[in-house]
Amino acid sequence: MTAVTRPADEITRTPHPARYRDLLAAEWIKLWSLRSTWGAFALLLLALVGLATHAALATHAGWPDWTAQRRAVRSPLWDAFPAEAQMFVVLAASGVGAVAIGGEYASGLMRTTFAAVPRRHAVAAAKLTVLTGVLTLLGALGAAAAFAVSQAILADVGASMSVSEPGALRGIAASALLVPLCALVGMALAALIRHTAPAIVTAATVLLLLPTAVNEDERWSAWLRHAMPVPAWQRLIEPGGPPPWLTDTYPATVSGAWTTYAVWAAVAAAVVMLALHRRAP
Amino acid sequence: MIELRSLTRRYGRTTAVDDLTLTVRPGHVTGFLGPNGAGKSTTLRMLLGLTAPTSGTATIGGVRFRDLPRGLRHAGALLDAGDVHGGRSARAHLAALARSNGMGRHRVDEVLGQVGLDDAADRRVGRFSLGMRQRLGIAAALLGDPPVLLFDEPFNGLDPEGVRWLREVFRRLAAEGRTLFVSSHLMGEMEHCADHLVVIGRGRLIADESLAGFAARAGRAEVVVRTPEPASLTTALTAAGATVRPDPDGALAVLGVTAERIGDLALGLRIPLHQLTTRTASLEEAFMELTAADVEYATRESR
Repeated sequence: MTAVTRPADEITRTPHPARYRDLLAAEWIKLWSLRSTWGAFALLLLALVGLATHAALATHAGWPDWTAQRRAVRSPLWDAFPAEAQMFVVLAASGVGAVAIGGEYASGLMRTTFAAVPRRHAVAAAKLTVLTGVLTLLGALGAAAAFAVSQAILADVGASMSVSEPGALRGIAASALLVPLCALVGMALAALIRHTAPAIVTAATVLLLLPTAVNEDERWSAWLRHAMPVPAWQRLIEPGGPPPWLTDTYPATVSGAWTTYAVWAAVAAAVVMLALHRRAP
Repeated sequence: MIELRSLTRRYGRTTAVDDLTLTVRPGHVTGFLGPNGAGKSTTLRMLLGLTAPTSGTATIGGVRFRDLPRGLRHAGALLDAGDVHGGRSARAHLAALARSNGMGRHRVDEVLGQVGLDDAADRRVGRFSLGMRQRLGIAAALLGDPPVLLFDEPFNGLDPEGVRWLREVFRRLAAEGRTLFVSSHLMGEMEHCADHLVVIGRGRLIADESLAGFAARAGRAEVVVRTPEPASLTTALTAAGATVRPDPDGALAVLGVTAERIGDLALGLRIPLHQLTTRTASLEEAFMELTAADVEYATRESR
């Protein structure tokens, strides 16, 4: 398609620079002006801190009756980042991501948005930046608080770990980053599906159910499992490798787990950029 | 200024817009008319870069819209009043749009005032009536104070007061030298505010002329005659080459001869006439006739 076009400035009566930070500010307004954002963020923080408190209190109560062996194998990070809390994180964070894009497509707002900003990849980049940034901060806040609260409770019985011990910071970082990672997956699925509810269901299926359907008996199935975000997170919160009762033939590695995080994040972001840019809203 | 050059859009075997070439000039309200499914919305979407043309170009101010980094200062549009997120307040919706194009909150307050939504600004859009959503969409279109404005069926859902208000808004915006391109499938909505008409049917251009020109070209003069001796007058008029159709109320609708000729004929035959009136077809009738062959979804009876 060739077009005989004149330069854009000919119709621009008062020239205005197209600043990327204006798009960031617009996405910021959009994010905080939805009630569901506040609800999901509150749920995230409550789940992270509340369930860590609950797990730590249970350990605290049972500690005097535990055998020395049981005390020895147990990691204080299991109470800081219990699996139930991460289920909430996965659901809430992927939900926020799905709402940010699915809600805009399903309502028709995406047409209004693109008529205001025809440079679609800039819109996509701004959405990714704002949501990933906010959720990284939120994840860091929640993970740090969960660690602090749970270890404060465990310190009472001498079962806590300090943040400087090996694996502690990694566990906090992995739990914090799981939040933006799941949001990215939610955004990518919503960009493809364009409806909020189906995108949330698909995200839950992919992130939570799929890992339970894959075992680690074979090399390929173990590889597949290690390439999923939630199993990768599980590996990253183990300070000294997998617990001794798990005798895996094909154990997950820390570097492999971080790679899983990075690849999922990159692919999800690329899907959002491409889908928003190419498909008619 | 809006320019379409051989603009075509196909969806599979269906051609929604077929080789459309036209220019919409500033300072006028140009009505964009056509039956449902004629391709009006697809054309407007292509102008805004929301739908890619299969071939041809659509430009606003000489520029393809999708090549612009920001749009609101070049063209404002209201395509569908439903294109908002119901969970946000009107103010938040406009604030995000304004900010994306580098405009501040004071501009949001201005347009909210212009469309009379000041009092409802902080309510969630999901609770708005259709008329209020139309006003919100118009506010969004006005945000960038753009030289070109596109509206797709803007009168839908407005009460008579709202329709009159919107017509005045359109006239005022055109008087300021802006280009207004307003689609509708009802001629009645356009004849009181458009100066120029573009009519399409099945994606093809049918007419592109001034409102007056359209009326003159399409409007056929019909003469209504009332007489106590309709049978003999009908015979005489038919012999003179006219087409005579009896109206249900007893009058005769005559086509093909002037009122003067009918009067002379009747006098010669000594037939008394009780009424002799020339009636010009309304714009609505002219529009219906023009597009009758191109109605996409005609009712079964008329096929």
